[in-house]
Amino acid sequence: MAGNKSQGAKSQGAKSQGKVKVAFFDFACCEGCQLTVIDSLQTHLDLLEAVEIVNFREASSEGRQDYQIAFVEGSITREQDEERLRRIREQADILVALGACAHTAGVNALKNLKPLDEVRQYVYGEHADWYDTYPARPISAVVEVDAFIPGCPIDREEFVEVVKALLVGKKPPIPDYPVCVECKLKGNVCVFHVGKVCMGPVTRAGCGAICPTYGDGCEGCRGLIPNPNENAMEEVLDEAGLTLDEIMDRFTMFNAYRELEAGE
Amino acid sequence: MSGMKIEVHHVTRVEGHGNIVVDVKNGEIKECRFEVVEAPRFFEAFVRGRPYHELSHITSRICGICAVGHATTSLRATEKAFGVELSEQAWLLRKLNFHGEIIDSHVLHTYYLVAPDFFGTHSVIPLVETHREVVERALRIKKLSGDLCAMVGGRHTHPIAMTVGGFTHTPTEHELREMKERLEAARADMDATVDLFSTLPWPEFERETEYVSLHKDDEYAFIDGTIVTSDGFSYPIEDYKKVTNEYCVPFSTAKWTKHNRDSYMVGALARLNNNFDQLHPRAKEAAKKLGLQPIVTNPFLNTAAQVVEMVHCVEDCIQIIDELLSRGIKPEEPPAVEVKASEGVGACEVPRGILFHHYAYGEDGRCTEANCIIPTNQNMANLNLDMQALLPQILDRPQEEIRHLLEMLVRAYDPCISCSAHFLTVEFV
Repeated sequence: MAGNKSQGAKSQGAKSQGKVKVAFFDFACCEGCQLTVIDSLQTHLDLLEAVEIVNFREASSEGRQDYQIAFVEGSITREQDEERLRRIREQADILVALGACAHTAGVNALKNLKPLDEVRQYVYGEHADWYDTYPARPISAVVEVDAFIPGCPIDREEFVEVVKALLVGKKPPIPDYPVCVECKLKGNVCVFHVGKVCMGPVTRAGCGAICPTYGDGCEGCRGLIPNPNENAMEEVLDEAGLTLDEIMDRFTMFNAYRELEAGE
Repeated sequence: MSGMKIEVHHVTRVEGHGNIVVDVKNGEIKECRFEVVEAPRFFEAFVRGRPYHELSHITSRICGICAVGHATTSLRATEKAFGVELSEQAWLLRKLNFHGEIIDSHVLHTYYLVAPDFFGTHSVIPLVETHREVVERALRIKKLSGDLCAMVGGRHTHPIAMTVGGFTHTPTEHELREMKERLEAARADMDATVDLFSTLPWPEFERETEYVSLHKDDEYAFIDGTIVTSDGFSYPIEDYKKVTNEYCVPFSTAKWTKHNRDSYMVGALARLNNNFDQLHPRAKEAAKKLGLQPIVTNPFLNTAAQVVEMVHCVEDCIQIIDELLSRGIKPEEPPAVEVKASEGVGACEVPRGILFHHYAYGEDGRCTEANCIIPTNQNMANLNLDMQALLPQILDRPQEEIRHLLEMLVRAYDPCISCSAHFLTVEFV
């Protein structure tokens, strides 16, 4: 859809010939993924030799619109967000969802589990009407997305790998297998064996099974794998002694948007 | 200059979306304010119904910069609600993790967000060419603090191992020794940081206000303590609403706070003003070098106070690791939690100031009520009054310089707008 734009974008900016122009934007989020991008420079300062960052409000006061790759963090929660996101889509040759909020709507979608009016009332009281909001959505619900980097927050190394792949026109290397695979490779004791619960069997790998490695069960922040066996997962949680409500807690913490869509 | 309009749409190099609006007609200031336009996220509404053990994991997602601060404050609220006591080792690890984040956030703000104003660049990136040693030092400190947080909590942004009553993971003795060596080596970077920031020409501006922070007699307070103000008031944490007194303002949909005056200030400068005696001797030396002698009333110097706190935290981390090593570090199972219908208030001095989380729980251990009061919100009234006091003093300068000084003032407060937006928003202008 944005293919025609690439010629125009690439012919501009002779000043930094050879460098691909990238931009970062955010909607409803904590900006932790953009911070992870900044942190990736600690070990990959050479990235700046391949890309030119032309728009990154959190880190720079320069704001140019001649970017080719746009990274978008955050969920869409207002009409005005959609308009802004469409403008970004219009400009970018490649649009990347950066992190869980953009990719799956993340924890923002927890509010979708409750009546919207009640949610607004609770936080803003008598001024609830002043606050424009609708149920949180991933950016793919509004525009076409070319690639995604999952996680809450994103994994620093995975971000670097995705950028490298995009620069040479390859498909970003995001795993389709579950966290359990990485956990076994690490030789971790399964957290189910120590009385904890884990979404690892149905959650997309790529994080190095970081939560089980640090003694906590996977929370599902990277979204579910393609064709997850949710029934089997529910049985596992049931056998671990969880009530139906507790099973729903696990499935909704980061994947409430998906659960609600599936239920409709 | 008789008339001028400045609208800075989305102030850059701050965390989140905010606008500056200035309108001057015939030399008279009609409008001068900072607005928050971040999308609201409604955390307090949607954590209701969630089980207690999820609360710190969900609320850390309020903010990518002060995730450890939110998680710690959240855990303290839950631990107080259920009467969970921490072991001495767990306390030391909590502090270590917390200090790591203070350093991480302060180095981000001082070097990446504020320093470009003084080097005349848009961001830290052009400095890679012109001041490589400065950038490399910043990256080194950032990596150290990030690695420190990761050693204790698994990762900095959204810590994993922090849980109700303690931790699900324990660093090894080897990791602690290695970290201690790196912290000791970082003293040189701290000295260079103090040197750099003591040469910066801070804008001259004074406006005394009420400074609010936590306080402990025996240490520079970051976690727990009592609430104190520079106007001589003191409250237990549970009485936080007597300090915050939230109110609505007619020209903005933001809820602001005030206590004894029209506004108060929280953050590094407030802490330094209220708790100078508890700073580590090396941090006091740094303060002297930076020209900070309480009471400091120039808000631009909040950034300098953050430099002092980085020095303090590096020293305190070294002491904490010594203590952990001499006690002997070992994995500990967090105590069993007995849930009950109850409530609790947590308060911490997160990088940008005092943060409150207040929860009520039902008998089933699920959250029934939640309230979070964020430092950036508490600073809104004070920032706006500072802007209104500063503008008349600089009205004769070129418009571009006025705009830049106002942006620098906003940045000095290190506003964390993602945090504040669980709670306030303003229409776009």
